[in-house]
Amino acid sequence: MENNPSLSKNLSWKMSNIVRNYTPLLILLVAIVIFSIIAPNFTTFNNLRLLVRQISFVTISAVGLMFVMVAGGIDLSIGSQIILTNIVLSLMISSTYGYGIDPLIAIPICIALGTILGMANGILSNTLKVHPLIVTLGTAYIYRGLGYIIASGRNIDGLPDSFRVYGQGYVGPVPVPIIIMIFVAIIGAYFLHNTNFGSRVYAMGGNQEAAHLVGINIKRMRLVVFAIGGLASGIASVLLLSRVFNGQVTTGAGIEFDALTAALLGGVSITGGEGTILGLITGVMIIGVLNNGMQLFGLQDFYQNLVKGALLLAAVGYDQYQKSRRAKEMVEKVAA
Amino acid sequence: MEYAVEMKGICKSFGGVQALKHVDLELRQGEIMGIVGDNGAGKSTLMKILSGAYHADKGEIFIFGNQVEIHTPLDAFKLGISMIYQDLALFNNLDVARNIFVGRELVRGPLGITLDKKDMYRRAEELIKDLRVDIKSPKLNVARMSGGQRQMVACARAIAFQSKIMIMDEPTAALGVTEANKLLGLIKNLKDLGLSILLITQRIPDILAIADRVFVLKGGVRQDILNVRDTTLDDVVFLIVKGKEGNSIKTDDIEYKSFG
Repeated sequence: MENNPSLSKNLSWKMSNIVRNYTPLLILLVAIVIFSIIAPNFTTFNNLRLLVRQISFVTISAVGLMFVMVAGGIDLSIGSQIILTNIVLSLMISSTYGYGIDPLIAIPICIALGTILGMANGILSNTLKVHPLIVTLGTAYIYRGLGYIIASGRNIDGLPDSFRVYGQGYVGPVPVPIIIMIFVAIIGAYFLHNTNFGSRVYAMGGNQEAAHLVGINIKRMRLVVFAIGGLASGIASVLLLSRVFNGQVTTGAGIEFDALTAALLGGVSITGGEGTILGLITGVMIIGVLNNGMQLFGLQDFYQNLVKGALLLAAVGYDQYQKSRRAKEMVEKVAA
Repeated sequence: MEYAVEMKGICKSFGGVQALKHVDLELRQGEIMGIVGDNGAGKSTLMKILSGAYHADKGEIFIFGNQVEIHTPLDAFKLGISMIYQDLALFNNLDVARNIFVGRELVRGPLGITLDKKDMYRRAEELIKDLRVDIKSPKLNVARMSGGQRQMVACARAIAFQSKIMIMDEPTAALGVTEANKLLGLIKNLKDLGLSILLITQRIPDILAIADRVFVLKGGVRQDILNVRDTTLDDVVFLIVKGKEGNSIKTDDIEYKSFG
């Protein structure tokens, strides 16, 4: 049989796309099957509902993070944004330690604060002209530090009962955080995949210089994607506080690593320009299933960290491998 | 005569280096003008000023007789100016249709933000057909395309928005002979469609084949504008190497190959 190099290259390109698109789903299915066998109660309705509720907070943060990542940036301050907004919100609504403000007034303020914190990352990235990795590492320390200072070492309780509904309530059998997660994911998918704004986010992440040359305002776009990240953190913060029902400086800490790992596992590229909300949700599900399954199996936290760390490295390594392979193929094709 | 583009006294410096020194350029409507000069002559800088990527330190720009201010690529786009860059400025993560419409997406709905994907792919397909280019589908990713096909996508982008003035920076530099010839044919077609075209290139035979006039820059200074009909390769190369003041060099001494 005659060997056609062009045909085989096209086939390998298609295969690599299929592998890239379906690997996260395959990992998820394998994890579900394994834990169904080895972890007691994994497949019960209550556990699965718990699992989805557990991931709802990360999913909301990850949707915000995805806008930043697709645009070619990164935000390591998500967890710290949640800490700070969480403390501010608990102080606003607490009748014991705070001002006893009606949650219906305090919640929009808290979400607006999250948006402003995210936007500050964008402003700093634009003005300092430093990679967002460094900027958000710095602001992560600042936001967390502010949260600690404002909390003054207290656990802020005395929250009004009416506030429970957001993190602990149900609509029928479905927990409210899951409904909000679905809503956020749908809105995120609409903006990212179906609007001119989303198209420009992908363009910016794919080739920033070219995006500038076609008239896209890079600085403004960066500001907006970071603001969206902050907005999502603000929403996650409200739900987490309502769930924990106690203002603590540990709530939300480290959530950025789960969100980042989930995004990378779900096919969001670390260098920008690629990824889908569906892939992201698959990534979050993988993290959720691993966390939940390993807990049920009786593995301690540090084993979970070990697995998540290994997965993160594997996802980044795979992404880079795919990128360099495509770049090599592209050079060959352009030169042909 | 009303020119499509008239640039007067354009100056541009980068730090202590003066890249352009009081450069004047006049592009007639519906003509192809070659822009030539050695490396560092200021060709790309001059064109980037016209396309809004750079801002001139001094000078005036007139488009179809009206004085304009061009601060950003968007300003240039609004004036009907498109630039196709040497590195093509394409998005390898996007398909052909998305590359054509990026930044100027076709939208629908009451908010005017929802992508009209159907219309975008349909129009992209029409453009590909109109340009008679060898691209099978607007859904193909540009990362998988040859240099020639990528140039065609870049051209399609400019045409899609009815640019009146097109600037092309070294469009044939990375192409093989067949693809370069196809592209030169396409540029002629664009002229027939009424576009005024500025073509930066080091390949002077390309200019002599399709351009009406050739504009020569040396060291950031305009040397001359030559009518291609009355010009030979020797004349152009002489101007590039020695400039309008040069008269002590014999054309036989000049190495043509690098321009070839």
